[in-house]
Amino acid sequence: MSQETLNVRRMLCPLPVIRTQDKVKTLQSGDILTVECTDPGVMQDIPAWCRINGHTVLETRAENSEYVIVLQVV
Amino acid sequence: MLATKAVMEQGIHVEGINFFTGFCVEGHTHAIRKRDSDKPKRNNSLWVAEQLGIKLHIIDIIEEYKQVLLNPKHGYGANMNPCLDCKIFMVNKAKQWMLENGFDFIITGEVIGQRPMSQRKQTMPIVAAESGADDLLVRPLCAKNLPATLPEREGWIDRNQLFDITGRSRKPQFALAKQFGFTDFAQPAGGCCFLTDESYSLKLVDLWKARGKRDYELDDVMLLKVGRHIRPKPHFKMIIAREDGESQFMSGYKKEYISMNCHSHRGPLVLIDGTADDDDLHLAAQILARYGQGREAEQVEVTLRDQQGNERNIVVKPLLENEIPKEWFV
Repeated sequence: MSQETLNVRRMLCPLPVIRTQDKVKTLQSGDILTVECTDPGVMQDIPAWCRINGHTVLETRAENSEYVIVLQVV
Repeated sequence: MLATKAVMEQGIHVEGINFFTGFCVEGHTHAIRKRDSDKPKRNNSLWVAEQLGIKLHIIDIIEEYKQVLLNPKHGYGANMNPCLDCKIFMVNKAKQWMLENGFDFIITGEVIGQRPMSQRKQTMPIVAAESGADDLLVRPLCAKNLPATLPEREGWIDRNQLFDITGRSRKPQFALAKQFGFTDFAQPAGGCCFLTDESYSLKLVDLWKARGKRDYELDDVMLLKVGRHIRPKPHFKMIIAREDGESQFMSGYKKEYISMNCHSHRGPLVLIDGTADDDDLHLAAQILARYGQGREAEQVEVTLRDQQGNERNIVVKPLLENEIPKEWFV
């Protein structure tokens, strides 16, 4: 199981979702991905994308105008 | 959403494809502007997919889309919207995806007469033929007004359970939504692409004219969505943030553009697009001062910043409102 980080700061939705989707394709089941964003829209969109595709959102947090989402690949 | 539901009702497995051209509205301005912070930021395609319980594949076509926008075979709509070419391109991409992923046919939510350029009786066969989808392209909402497609002829899908909607009125769609139990819908087509927006299109054309070539990068597309654009001279343009959210978003571009902001008074961030010499930057600083709290001051101090982060301050007199010609506003 690996832990990876994806920097999608400055990108506006749906680009953070697209980059997350593309990154997840390269990961294995159980891997954990931390996505670092600046568009607040990701707080809705990435969890929605995870729900649709069955991935687990482990954590979402907002800190200093940045938004971090931690997900686990199914 | 309705077309998908209509097909799913027949027990057919459907997955969604959403293409991102860079010009999709999808709440970008809401995401950037603080004053819109209370507006919903949901991505409609994701929301629709979740409501329907289907998988959604969002595909980045930013680079490939350039050829559609720059050289549309069927021309533009009222603004810089190449709707018919866009539809042909996307259906072609959907066909490629269909073949690569083992699906049998494509459905779209098109309705004859719904849109003046791309959804007319005459354009329906053009989209099917030029995309290469041919009779694997099913339009469930208006299928009964069109020749039967292969999936209908072969019985993969029951034509009798499809619809015969036509025209611009959305009343039949609302009725169908009610029948399906939908109480909320995504934004209708046309309002979801910046290229249908006159102001945005004018800025895009101005950008091409100033650069002497019809081309763009994603950053250009994004920055045309924000700020007040003023072109005092053909070789440079100012992008002036209109509020704090835009300033914050634009500050992410300080390494790509010369930037400036008022040092002595509160005011917006400005990015300079083009090649500006010292006289140009002095003029830009005077214009910038007009949009800050120092607009009535005798003089203000402005910080100029190059792409490497080197800063210097200059003192300028703010321009009066009538000293900024209307023609400068893009």
